[in-house]
Amino acid sequence: MSVLIDKSTRLLVQGLTGREGTFHAKQAAAYGTTVVGGVTPGKGGTTHEGWPIFDTVHEAVAKTGANASVVFVPPAFAADAVMESADAGVGVVVCITEGIPTLDMMRAMTFLKTRPATRLVGPNCPGVISAGQAKAGIIPGHICREGRVGIVSKSGTLTYEAIHQLTRVGLGQTTCIGIGGDPLIGTSFIDALTLFEADPDTEAVVMIGEIGGNAEEDAAAWITAHFTKPVVGFIAGQTAPPGRRMGHAGAIIAGGTGTAREKMTALAAAGVPVVRSPADMGQAIKDLMGA
Amino acid sequence: MKIHEYQAKAILARYGVPVPRGEVAFTADEARAIAGRLGGDVVVVKAQIHAGGRGKGGGVKLARSPEDAARLAAGMIGMTLVTHQTGPDGRVVSRVLVEEGLQMARELYVSIVLDRASGKPAIMASASGGMDIEEVAAKTPEQIVRAYVEPGVGLVPFQVRRLAFGIGLDAAQVSKAVKLITALYDAFVATDASLVEINPLVVTASGDLLALDAKMNFDDNALYRHADLKALRDLGEEDPLEVEASKFSLNYIHLDGNIGCMVNGAGLAMATMDIIKLAGGEPANFLDVGGGANAEQIKNAFRILMSDRNVKAVLINIFGGILRCDVLAQGVIAAVKELGVPVPIVIRMEGTNVEEGKRLLRESGMNFTTADSMGEAADTVVRLAG
Repeated sequence: MSVLIDKSTRLLVQGLTGREGTFHAKQAAAYGTTVVGGVTPGKGGTTHEGWPIFDTVHEAVAKTGANASVVFVPPAFAADAVMESADAGVGVVVCITEGIPTLDMMRAMTFLKTRPATRLVGPNCPGVISAGQAKAGIIPGHICREGRVGIVSKSGTLTYEAIHQLTRVGLGQTTCIGIGGDPLIGTSFIDALTLFEADPDTEAVVMIGEIGGNAEEDAAAWITAHFTKPVVGFIAGQTAPPGRRMGHAGAIIAGGTGTAREKMTALAAAGVPVVRSPADMGQAIKDLMGA
Repeated sequence: MKIHEYQAKAILARYGVPVPRGEVAFTADEARAIAGRLGGDVVVVKAQIHAGGRGKGGGVKLARSPEDAARLAAGMIGMTLVTHQTGPDGRVVSRVLVEEGLQMARELYVSIVLDRASGKPAIMASASGGMDIEEVAAKTPEQIVRAYVEPGVGLVPFQVRRLAFGIGLDAAQVSKAVKLITALYDAFVATDASLVEINPLVVTASGDLLALDAKMNFDDNALYRHADLKALRDLGEEDPLEVEASKFSLNYIHLDGNIGCMVNGAGLAMATMDIIKLAGGEPANFLDVGGGANAEQIKNAFRILMSDRNVKAVLINIFGGILRCDVLAQGVIAAVKELGVPVPIVIRMEGTNVEEGKRLLRESGMNFTTADSMGEAADTVVRLAG
């Protein structure tokens, strides 16, 4: 089993005709994902690499039965693309695009509240992969193995590290969710943990946070009250200087809050072992699961 | 992106926020002329740098005559101003703002930022103006009043009235404050600002409200639709290496240590700094070369890393997902050959085609140390940096 996407996923690629969209649509298909087509306004009626292209998401959904979409459109148009998918009733929208203006995202998030059937993952994230089943995004498929651990992470390459370590210690993954490093994101740690709690095949979770905001603290409080499975945490940016944006738009210690120390303390208080080195994530979860 | 106070005031004035009369001067002569035009008994000369705390550092002074203003400006322009926000190296002042002096009755505070938790713009106001708001928040949080703006609705007058009454303004002043704060919010939205801060917002002896200081930061991701704002970027306020890196889409932040890092992905780049510190070393930088780093980018990254004279060793930490380790290894070998990097280089690679990548590095005959784990890589590079 898995969460968010699986064998029944019918994936639409918004921005399929672009370079990134094309490359990752092919990768997703090669991984076994059912990619049903793409949306590029103005190119409707054509085909690209064998896939039908539509002018609107509404039309694409009507003709292909798409139930998930992945967004590769440029930052200036990405919030619009997300809202279009939500309006067309797509259940899971994964936005990979980095660099969306905050005010655009704020409007999109307000719009999404009126479309509760849609879950947004991201933006500025590597996407979602359910090991051995399907992927929507840019996480390399070949490092994954079907297994027992879920991953939720703000960072792309740290997600890959965690996947690789879980594969190496023989635990494998159920679903890996990159929630993204922007200040405003669709799926929070708590949302992802809620999904993992309900998934019988996910036996434990690796949670990777980073400086900025207080989503990790919120998650820690939620774990104490609601989460029953083992969790191992890692927080990036233990040595980051305050006031500097560390690559991700949301990774900034502002006004003295959002530090790694606060987050590590909150997680530890929730009974979550927090590894200080990212190299220790796989082994720590293995120890915790007694595997 | 940050801008100077005088630039922020000019923008806010366009949206209807009252600001003191004043102009920017790049020379003492200009300062004298501006002071003459302003007239009055007192003008204020304010050093313009992208950092707060200027008053305590000697960057804000009162002048009693145009000649006095020229003398103060001459002293400030070219000086290195150190404040609690600049770090010990300070910033060189290249321009000053010359403004009319005001008789102040009260100093208040107002700011607008994005509240991440609610996903809404948050307006904060306080009766304790002129102080560090973080200090107010820590010591007397009850003195801060807040309003959250519904993105689909915009700022509603009652919200502003509550803020204004909440910081102790009287009825006549409240109507002025409503206009001012509404204008401030209009400016925040129209310019894609990430922060607008007026500290202090003053009530003058005659009962007027003015933005005595102003700070605006903008969302870098939205600058593409604000050519006018983009033109306000002052490269003199930024680290030269960071400016250079930004030309090549490299995300580089200069730090104080002696171990250069080159990493793909922001999270892994932060984590790499963390493990260097854990191993007893100090990172010289944060550097994210991105997910699809090519040979040209790797070369530029090396060039920028090595421009930092403190760097005694380099750690390359790459997880090859889409980016293949053998391609990365070729890029590193080519860059090191071309640039002649004079310090030890430790490489930790993992992921796609890692064995081939390691073989290429081993057989290059160059001064590389490969490590199998991040922990080992960090220990090794700390030892080599001495």
